[in-house]
Amino acid sequence: MSRLAPEGAVASVAESEFTLASRRRRRFTRHRLGHIAAPYALLAPAAAVIGVILAYPMYQLVRMSFQKYGLFELIRHKGRWIGTANYASIFNDAEFWRVVLRTVAFTAVCVSLTMVAGTAIALLLLQVSRVVRIALTTGLVLVWSMPVIVAVDIWRWMVDYEFGVANWTLTKLHVGNFVRHDWFANPWTGFGVFTLLIVWGAIPFVAITVYAGLAQVPQELLEAAEIDGARPWAVFREVTLPLLKPIFVILTSLSIIWDFQVFQQIWVMLDARPTSDYYTMAIYAFHQSFQISEYGLGAAIAVVMVLFMFAATLVYLRQMLKAGEVH
Amino acid sequence: MSSVTQIAPTPVAPVVTRPTRRRRVRKAAWNLLGVIVFLVMVFPVYWMIATAFKPGHDILSYTPQWIPTHPTLSNFHDATHMPFFWDAAKNSLIVVSIVVALSLVLAFLAALALAKFRFYGRRPFIVLILGVQMVPLAALIIPLYIMMSRLNDVKGVNHVLGVDKLGGVIAMYLTFVLPFAVWTLRGFLLGVPKELEESAMVDGTTRFGAFVRILLPLVGPGLVATSIFAFIQAWNEFIIAYVFLHTPQKQTLMVWLASFTTLRGTDWGPLMAGATLCSLPVIVFFLLVQRRIAFGLTAGAVKG
Repeated sequence: MSRLAPEGAVASVAESEFTLASRRRRRFTRHRLGHIAAPYALLAPAAAVIGVILAYPMYQLVRMSFQKYGLFELIRHKGRWIGTANYASIFNDAEFWRVVLRTVAFTAVCVSLTMVAGTAIALLLLQVSRVVRIALTTGLVLVWSMPVIVAVDIWRWMVDYEFGVANWTLTKLHVGNFVRHDWFANPWTGFGVFTLLIVWGAIPFVAITVYAGLAQVPQELLEAAEIDGARPWAVFREVTLPLLKPIFVILTSLSIIWDFQVFQQIWVMLDARPTSDYYTMAIYAFHQSFQISEYGLGAAIAVVMVLFMFAATLVYLRQMLKAGEVH
Repeated sequence: MSSVTQIAPTPVAPVVTRPTRRRRVRKAAWNLLGVIVFLVMVFPVYWMIATAFKPGHDILSYTPQWIPTHPTLSNFHDATHMPFFWDAAKNSLIVVSIVVALSLVLAFLAALALAKFRFYGRRPFIVLILGVQMVPLAALIIPLYIMMSRLNDVKGVNHVLGVDKLGGVIAMYLTFVLPFAVWTLRGFLLGVPKELEESAMVDGTTRFGAFVRILLPLVGPGLVATSIFAFIQAWNEFIIAYVFLHTPQKQTLMVWLASFTTLRGTDWGPLMAGATLCSLPVIVFFLLVQRRIAFGLTAGAVKG
């Protein structure tokens, strides 16, 4: 009974009517029934869209991963059940494990760089004067607003082998001879560029969110710690960090999820023809399904990818629900 | 703690004069660092805009021209006269406006249910809403493609939905805009004190009247923030549009931008002009709502 009680105004009005005549009470019951149905009616359209376009494909993805689904099956609109053969074939594929390792390592590097740099910039925002702070925040928002495809095109232009500003600057700084240096000839430097591109694009969100969190840390706590003689680093580690932990958990799990499925940066930068040295899990799944029409294999790779991201998702969900309960 | 103070006892005499100067030097150092970080972060954006206004011979020079000394609009002229630019702009506008309108209505209804009612299944739905945001789009593309290609053969719906149909893309965008929109609007609705609504009801207004006069104006900013968020998401999306829209006349601006390479190689001037044009609406809207997006994602997290 109490679980069904609405939070809204009607509840309190209805409760005050409880003692009134029976004619009124009948009205109240009907009202009440409408009230029970109301939230479901309100949720139905959004739930339907999410169900049809997310839940059903999710189920399809898992089903397809157990099927032979090639061009022939695509035309027939029907896959052929082959059990775990797709999984057996990817797990026995050395290429697959290289791709997994590459994706995990790439995600780890990108996420840690993003978190460290973003937090450092947030702390820097506390130290600078007002004018610099406004300029820096505006700059961060400007970077944040760049559509990914635009960002990719900008970086492609900056590291262009012939007229790119990066090669010229590095040569002038005597880092080495970068005249006509092709950054993507070697996957290590290529992934270096992708790391910079992704971290550059992800820093603003982390920096601004952490800064917003820092602004909520009670000033008295920091002052008390300082009076007790704690050094700035100790204040940060012992006071600020624990208070901001929920924000860090959310930001880290979101970053892991975003970086783990990296696709468009690599795909567009390399003109939709990345060599296998540049395959990440998302690209490998895409390549298996859309380029060699092995949709079943692609689905199996995608399922493994979802499982990898599941841990990060769980952590994120727990923290968000905890935060949501504060309201 | 006390041991720390014992180890580093502060000398009393110089403290009076020194810290002010030292503090000023330190402040200047922080400011300098802030300016450097600003320049590094903003440089790529500046470089895009600067290149967009440079004539060709200044772009293709081995020594970079840091400032466009001979500004020209010819790159913008070239970009907008590229094949399919206007088709793409039109498609982007259609997709974005429908996604914004639909997601706003659907998300508002759902948020109302989540914020103002207690009912069985409320918590699972919240978990679903949050969990759905984590589903990798790249993974779902495969079954979605199979689904949409099936719809192409279904009479009646195949004008709107299916592969190479804007309707299909709109439906897919809706799903990844909706969860965030519901979550944000729920936060805004929770922020409305229920005493306000109640007092309106005591004054003799109906529930609907209270909704229109009290609730709607109060969540107005939330609706604006949500619609702008939906706008940005739908405008920036690439993978779905790229996989599902084959005909050049049907592609959106991001697909157009990504396929901007001529046979002679990349034409950097017009490309940067096109990129500038494509990011302009997003920049404007982002500057309008940046705070709300940052807070919306982690609202209440510090207190928790």
